[in-house]
Amino acid sequence: MKITVDYDRCEGIGMCESLAPHHFQLEDNGDLTVLQAEVAPEDVSDVEEAVASCPTGALRLQ
Amino acid sequence: MTAPGSAPDRGAPPDPATGRLVVVGASLAGLRAVESARKAGFAGSITLVGAEEHLPYDRPPLSKAHLGAGPGSEPAAPYLREEAHLREELGVDLLLGRPATALDTAARVVHVGGREVAYDAVVLATGSTARRLPGTDHLDGVHPLRTLDDARAVRRALEARARTVVVGAGFIGSEVASAARGRGLDVTVVEAQPTPLARAVGAELGAHVAAIHERHGTRLLTGVGVASVEGDGAGRVERVVLDDGTVRPADLVVVGIGVVPATGWLEGSGLRLDDGVVCDETLWAGAPGVWAAGDVVRWPNATMGETQRLENWTGAADQGAAAARNALDPAAAAAYATVPFFWSDWYDVRIQMIGSPVADEVLVVDGDPTAAGRWVALYRRGDRLIGALAVDAPAEIMKYRTQVMRGGSWDDALAHAAARRERAAGRAAGPAS
Ligand SMILES: Cc1cc2nc3c(=O)[nH]c(=O)nc-3n(C[C@H](O)[C@H](O)[C@H](O)COP(=O)(O)OP(=O)(O)OC[C@H]3O[C@@H](n4cnc5c(N)ncnc54)[C@H](O)[C@@H]3O)c2cc1C
Repeated sequence: MKITVDYDRCEGIGMCESLAPHHFQLEDNGDLTVLQAEVAPEDVSDVEEAVASCPTGALRLQ
Repeated sequence: MTAPGSAPDRGAPPDPATGRLVVVGASLAGLRAVESARKAGFAGSITLVGAEEHLPYDRPPLSKAHLGAGPGSEPAAPYLREEAHLREELGVDLLLGRPATALDTAARVVHVGGREVAYDAVVLATGSTARRLPGTDHLDGVHPLRTLDDARAVRRALEARARTVVVGAGFIGSEVASAARGRGLDVTVVEAQPTPLARAVGAELGAHVAAIHERHGTRLLTGVGVASVEGDGAGRVERVVLDDGTVRPADLVVVGIGVVPATGWLEGSGLRLDDGVVCDETLWAGAPGVWAAGDVVRWPNATMGETQRLENWTGAADQGAAAARNALDPAAAAAYATVPFFWSDWYDVRIQMIGSPVADEVLVVDGDPTAAGRWVALYRRGDRLIGALAVDAPAEIMKYRTQVMRGGSWDDALAHAAARRERAAGRAAGPAS
């Protein structure tokens, strides 16, 4: 499964980083970096939680 | 409500194919309850009852993007899902535009208008409502900011270049002040407490956060209450008179003096109400099949060691999902605990808080809160990191949330903060890019 970010929606709030820090990282200017777009099976539930917790609905896992 | 050692009878699970789940409150927590029920495979009926005419919509944008001066007309309403998605894909019966008026836990029905909606499990997600300023209901131009309709009215007034007075220097009032200043309007924020935001971030840091207003040209008056809000004879607001005799002319008064949980309709239900629906650690409200989620809930949050009622987006979203999962499988109900989080955008400044401000010590670990620019402060309780506040430091805050989640120590947090400072210094000294 793979993470995609809709950067038009992303506001750099950062919930994703707190729930899946191996996949998401906020930069000093608030930009989101995806550290690993490919999600291993054992990480799927953390990343799913991160996707659900995004207040701007900017994340997808498919 | 549960004797130690004995498992409470939280009710029988609704039949997964034919059971009836009712969700009261059609906002964030209610929507998440519906979605998580379907995700868990529940194929019975779901009824979503909402007092407002609107489909579920998102509130944080109402005091941010929705009020901003954009080109053209009013921005689209921030609906969370389309109606067809709710009705067809999620198979939800929408009962919008009328409030639930009573919950009968013996007959297991929710009263909505003249109807009785029967449930096997119900999730109470009626959120909170804005506190009003007494004696102002008859005046045009005085608004809380809680609903889409409120936001539309406030936006219209800002478009008409209203002289704006915000009563209450909390987050929502402060965001309104930011939007008004962003349009170049004259704005005064009046706060009755000597220090704004004391409950949210603690008194010490509240003062530093509030100083952001003055740096952006918003007049902030603290430690002074509103004596009266006066109209022009035609019923339009004209000025605000303060306790100390100060008079501020006003075409728009936005009242941001906090919220109260929407539990009025539950009086007489037998549920325990005490600044919210009192729940156990699983968000069970004490009667068989009755669960609650979002701003309306007060529950023991084991991660923070506090009984809390949250008023933030993340709490409502998470609790909605958790309450529905538990409602469908009460025997396996899981405790819900979290490190609370909220954000707020003032002017071009982002404020983020994780954890709790109830602390023995507060320490600024990065930047200077008395000046413009980024800073970070940490909260210590005992020998544990219990909270963090970041102003324009989005790369820092969530690392502390992870630490509080794990029960991380104060010493580890300080070591982490030092490493982050070193990293920042290294970057500043490094080759210019
Ligand atoms: C302007 C604004 C800005 C915000 N900004 C932020 C932010 O930046 N960050 C953040 O973390 N949080 C923010 N919040 C808070 C966040 O939006 C709330 O915590 C969240 O909306 C709570 O969701 P909820 O579903 O529990 O309740 P609510 O959103 O309050 O919804 C409850 C719903 O139930 C309905 N209802 C009430 N009584 C009844 C009844 N008897 N029968 C049927 N329906 C009923 C109400 O009409 C309402 O639609 C903001 C809130 C507002 C108002």
